[in-house]
Amino acid sequence: MDTARTHFISDVGVMLGRSMRHILRSMDTIITVTIMPIAFMLLFVYVFGGAIQTGTDNYVNYLLPGILLIAIASGIAYTAYRLFIDMQRGIFERFHSMPIAHSAPLWGHVLTSLVSNAISAVVIILVALLMGFRSSAGVLSWLAVAGILALFTLALTWIAVIAGLSAKTVDGAGAFSYPLIFLPFISSAFVPTESMPPVVRAFAENQPVTSIVEAIRSLLAGQPVGNDIWVALAWCLGILIVAYLFAMRIYNRKAA
Amino acid sequence: MQNQAIQVKGLQKSYKDLHVLKGVDFVVGRGSIFALLGTNGAGKTTIVKILTTLLKQDGGNAAVNGFDVASRPDSVRQSISLTGQFAAVDEILTGRENLIMIARLRHLTHPRQVADNLLSRFGLTDAADRRVSTYSGGMRRRLDIAMSLVGTPQLIFLDEPTSGLDPEARLEVWKTVKELAQNGTTVFLTTQYLDEAEQLADRIAILHEGTIIANGTLAELKKMFPPARVEYVEKQPTLEEIFLAIIGKKETK
Ligand SMILES: Nc1ncnc2c1ncn2[C@@H]1O[C@H](COP(=O)(O)OP(=O)(O)OP(=O)(O)O)[C@@H](O)[C@H]1O
Ligand SMILES: [Mg+2]
Repeated sequence: MDTARTHFISDVGVMLGRSMRHILRSMDTIITVTIMPIAFMLLFVYVFGGAIQTGTDNYVNYLLPGILLIAIASGIAYTAYRLFIDMQRGIFERFHSMPIAHSAPLWGHVLTSLVSNAISAVVIILVALLMGFRSSAGVLSWLAVAGILALFTLALTWIAVIAGLSAKTVDGAGAFSYPLIFLPFISSAFVPTESMPPVVRAFAENQPVTSIVEAIRSLLAGQPVGNDIWVALAWCLGILIVAYLFAMRIYNRKAA
Repeated sequence: MQNQAIQVKGLQKSYKDLHVLKGVDFVVGRGSIFALLGTNGAGKTTIVKILTTLLKQDGGNAAVNGFDVASRPDSVRQSISLTGQFAAVDEILTGRENLIMIARLRHLTHPRQVADNLLSRFGLTDAADRRVSTYSGGMRRRLDIAMSLVGTPQLIFLDEPTSGLDPEARLEVWKTVKELAQNGTTVFLTTQYLDEAEQLADRIAILHEGTIIANGTLAELKKMFPPARVEYVEKQPTLEEIFLAIIGKKETK
């Protein structure tokens, strides 16, 4: 009992090492999670960008927050997938019959999601810098951006955990992420909401992605963030807590 | 009492309306090899899961190394190791990485050393740095069992350790199991193969329709078979015949 508690951190560390290896050894994970959002960024900046009026002189600056959210939304689909595979194969049973904390394998997946999404976010930001992204944000603002992105990742990760634990098929495990990947498109991530028809606009302005995008954009531009950051935090925390409670209930029921 | 590695009394388990275990009783002595024999769907895996704390029983008691599985699962897990029916190996990692991972989770001081020793013991040294997805069924099973030996647990559960293996790989697994017992490890194994139980086990219990219908040494089980037969050459009944005879008797009742 005691060893399970005292070694919790190192056990989760072992689990993290395991799934990070999985990620590094599967090319399609890396491609989807970093190259696809980068391709979107190139497409929007160099193909559509000229036709989009955002009121800013640098469209990469405008676009980057949304691209980061898309990357996270597609990244967490793999968390659901990896969790599903672990539940299917016997490896979770082996872990659960060992003297380690019952939740360590699950936290391993959650932490992996956080770390891998952080890596892809850094890669995407570096590419954006090459494409002309510039920020006047100070250290504190960058920390705030990192914090919001981490919370957003965690919130979506716990949704992914629910999907991974309750899916019946491999495809089902990842399917939940499609609407999430789509959400940034119906937000102020790519075009200002003012250009949208009223119904779409009402949706866009009141869904979580818009406030998150606006908060990050203001922070990166060194402008006052206003209310957006609180709305964004409330969304992220709210989703995080509800999804976490649900996921833990399913986990404790499924993996007795 | 302290000489019993496993004590099971009146164990019951249902999945919805399917009453799988209807009061199972047996004990397993420390340091022995115990074989639980049963056909497909008899409930062997269900018993293994309850004893390894993966599943909760509906009724009855089960104690492993003196600890109740329901109330002291953490203590039970300290001294056991499970090789489930389906290989519980990480396909994407190499054989060596799999073993090191388990050694780390068991908080051993020299994970690499432990992995190297087990790799050579199980003839996997050459394949050590290949991904497990490239292994044959026999290699995978050997790795699976090797992973269960990390940290030398006192009691090992092997759920159908040889199903799906070719005869040669099967013999290898048998050899491993015998070596384990020689070193004092208690082995609880399930099997559908009578010859496997005959080959390996000190005691054999037959699980049929939710209860243990026979339990004893091979010699004792052979005595249960009516020997009244007139034949030119005396023929020892095989376990298979004993099994069929017992089931036959039950079903005609
Ligand atoms: N999670 C479950 N939900 C519903 N029924 C189950 C579940 N697990 C097992 N069963 C049923 O319980 C019965 C016993 O299953 P169990 O896996 O314990 O048998 P077994 O003896 O291990 O069989 P096999 O030799 O095929 O592995 C079977 O009829 C099986 O279909
Ligand atoms: Mg089984």
